[in-house]
Amino acid sequence: MSQHKENRFLPYMREDRLPHIFCPGCGNGAIINAFLAAMEKAEMDFDNIAMVSGIGCSSRIPGYLNCDSLHTTHGRALSFATGLKVANKDLDVVVFTGDGDAASIGGNHLIHAARRNINLTVICINNNIYGMTGGQISPTSPKGSFGTTAPYGNRDTPFNLAELVAAAGASYSARWTTVQIENLVLAIKDGLKNPGFSFIEVATQCPTYYGRKNKLRTPTAMAAVMKANTVFKSAADRMSAKELEGKIVVGEFANKQKDEFTQGIENISVEKSGKKTLINSAYESEL
Amino acid sequence: MAQEFFIQGNEACAKGAIAAGCRFFAGYPITPSTEVAETLARELPKVGGSFVQMEDEIASAGAIIGGSWGGTKSMTATSGPGISLMQENIGYAFMSETPIVIVDVQRGSPSTAQPTMTSQSDMMQARWGSHGDYEPIALAPSSVQEFFDFTIKAFNLAEEFRVPVFVMADEIVGHMREKITVEDDIEIVPRKRPEKSDDYLPFENTENGTNPMPAFGDGFNIHVTGLTHDERGYPDTNNPETHQKLVQRICDKILNNKDKICSVKSQNCEDADMIIVSYGSPVRSVGEAVTKAREDGLKVGYIKIDTPWPFPDEQLLELASNAKDVLVVEMNLGQMYYEVDRVLGKGADVHLMGVIGGVMPTPDEIVEKIKEIGGN
Amino acid sequence: MRTEIRIGGFGGQGVILAGIILGKAASIFDQKEAVQTQSYGPEARGGASKCEVVISDTEIDYPKFQSPDILIAMSNEALIKYIVDLKDNGTLIVDPGTTDIEDVREFIDEHDIKVYEAPATKTATDEIGLKIVANIVMVGAITKITEVISKEAAMKAIEDSVPKGTEEKNIKAFEAGYALVE
Repeated sequence: MSQHKENRFLPYMREDRLPHIFCPGCGNGAIINAFLAAMEKAEMDFDNIAMVSGIGCSSRIPGYLNCDSLHTTHGRALSFATGLKVANKDLDVVVFTGDGDAASIGGNHLIHAARRNINLTVICINNNIYGMTGGQISPTSPKGSFGTTAPYGNRDTPFNLAELVAAAGASYSARWTTVQIENLVLAIKDGLKNPGFSFIEVATQCPTYYGRKNKLRTPTAMAAVMKANTVFKSAADRMSAKELEGKIVVGEFANKQKDEFTQGIENISVEKSGKKTLINSAYESEL
Repeated sequence: MAQEFFIQGNEACAKGAIAAGCRFFAGYPITPSTEVAETLARELPKVGGSFVQMEDEIASAGAIIGGSWGGTKSMTATSGPGISLMQENIGYAFMSETPIVIVDVQRGSPSTAQPTMTSQSDMMQARWGSHGDYEPIALAPSSVQEFFDFTIKAFNLAEEFRVPVFVMADEIVGHMREKITVEDDIEIVPRKRPEKSDDYLPFENTENGTNPMPAFGDGFNIHVTGLTHDERGYPDTNNPETHQKLVQRICDKILNNKDKICSVKSQNCEDADMIIVSYGSPVRSVGEAVTKAREDGLKVGYIKIDTPWPFPDEQLLELASNAKDVLVVEMNLGQMYYEVDRVLGKGADVHLMGVIGGVMPTPDEIVEKIKEIGGN
Repeated sequence: MRTEIRIGGFGGQGVILAGIILGKAASIFDQKEAVQTQSYGPEARGGASKCEVVISDTEIDYPKFQSPDILIAMSNEALIKYIVDLKDNGTLIVDPGTTDIEDVREFIDEHDIKVYEAPATKTATDEIGLKIVANIVMVGAITKITEVISKEAAMKAIEDSVPKGTEEKNIKAFEAGYALVE
């Protein structure tokens, strides 16, 4: 019998919720590990982290982590997170979302949260498909890829999420993949430390649906394709659109300090009332 | 000392919110509710509160639910089209038992219809707008003073029962100016924080159905979800018993407390052959119509419903059981009418005076209707 | 007794504020009841502006206008448009500088309308040196003519409603309006 080696991140988990629902070969496990490693590297206080998510496979992650977690409606995680962060700006608010959740039904909230540069760390797990509903195409599905709602191949042009969010005004935006875990850990760490809107897109594999529909039957096959198609941003900047077709560009798309949203609200409060915005005021009988 | 103000209904609503302890407003501009947002944008920073103009009404509803779990009493204000957009998140608030206040300054509907005109066309949206079974609380103010008072009451009820509460105003009450009196000793209900203990369950089936609610950051590591969840808050979506228990409790905590929540006012009902039932601003016309009808020797009285939801069955039965005719006056083509008919229809003929078009019925029009029904 | 007052004019003349001052004076400072309403339709965005005030000794049920007792016209358009709603024996106050009473002479005669001329715009320009206080001059004239609010209440309501630092000029405007009619 092989000796059972306990995952060192287990103390952060809600052990009474395991086993999880993720499929074999899913990238979510590696991303949870990357997040927790990044959190430790960033020397964050786990007890001060509150998580918010929408609907989809990736949005189930906060439910497995032993912190305050708000599992909300489809696409709306960022609006709930905005309210939570405004109500208590001392909390470190982390949002887990997916490509469908963040970029399709939640696309408007995504660009507005980025525009406000509100201090949230968003980890967008992009598997190019709707996993939970069974393999429909998403706004990041590559042109020509197959899904249950694109039986003849996807005709739509996909979003470039990290670029979109950078253009919308986020102070930090990066993209990595599940085959570059070390870079991913550093990016999440940078995102957690950045006092503004931080968007980390993780290109990941969904062997169950994307893989099966696109002749990439094993997680290893998917990882190999992902690895082969990865181009660093610095190199991509010198490549033509034609050369970049089918490539996953990784690196930082934004990393520049800007005014942060909740600080702006607090500044007005200090100016008008002489005090910071109140925290936990719902519990007070007199204000 | 009590203070007096001559202000608009929407301003009074904002003032009431601040008096009730609201320190977070998220909203999206929409006529005829916008002055609520404008007033709070100006006033909240003066009391350490936060105002956010969101990108749409869906986001506004999401933000105030997030704000509420962040430990802050939170509110939004909108009108019919905005309420339509908010409905999914409102359902989430019922399922996750999140106290929030939603102000609906109703306008001509359906669709964008009549932005600057009055109506009461969202009454069933407040009742059934989100999918599924739940029991909402809704208050309907008839005056600027009531818009102030009911906004405070809405926050208190939201906290007491951990539930979204609607304030169903309309364009007239929202836009007219009247005097309000603000007393010094306003009763507000603070949120109850649970005791720190290992056996605290945030969604437990307690005696009155409502549990104390921690804020995010309090150290309870609570999981909040719109999925069917057990008493810990953990999803348990395929278990019929978990779902039945949860949804039944969410409904029962309101239904079992109807005597605490429901409120009606009445006049001249004791000897009345005909009783008018109304709510919101039309009550103003009804009051005058009843006075006029009495002057003409007609035995007419009226019931003003303060809390359309939960519907005050018992109060209506008590006040109107001797009436031969009941007339429902509302600014839609019959919404609360069906509730009144359900409750009083066995003993009386229930008639509808449903007024649409954007103006409230005049007292004379109501008197005419009274006479028409009475065969005079 | 219930008194219904309508003020009509151009956008920018401050007719809404004039109505708010009447309502505030009656309800806060005279201890009567008052409701002020105004139109919010697309027409409120254009050149015309109107506002209505109901003042009563007893509780006001129906808050809207039924049959106006008093019309104050600060534009000819408002005069022509709203005169037809005025009650028999009703009171009409016009600013002769911005209206032409002859346009409605027939209605006035037929319905025994009591007409008062209060040159608010001219008084504001000549005596205060500020055309924009014409509305407050008119409040002075309304107070004197109709006696629907007391002079003290009107002055308190003005001080409570105008921007800080402009109270003195506005009170002067009110006094000038109050002195316009005997």
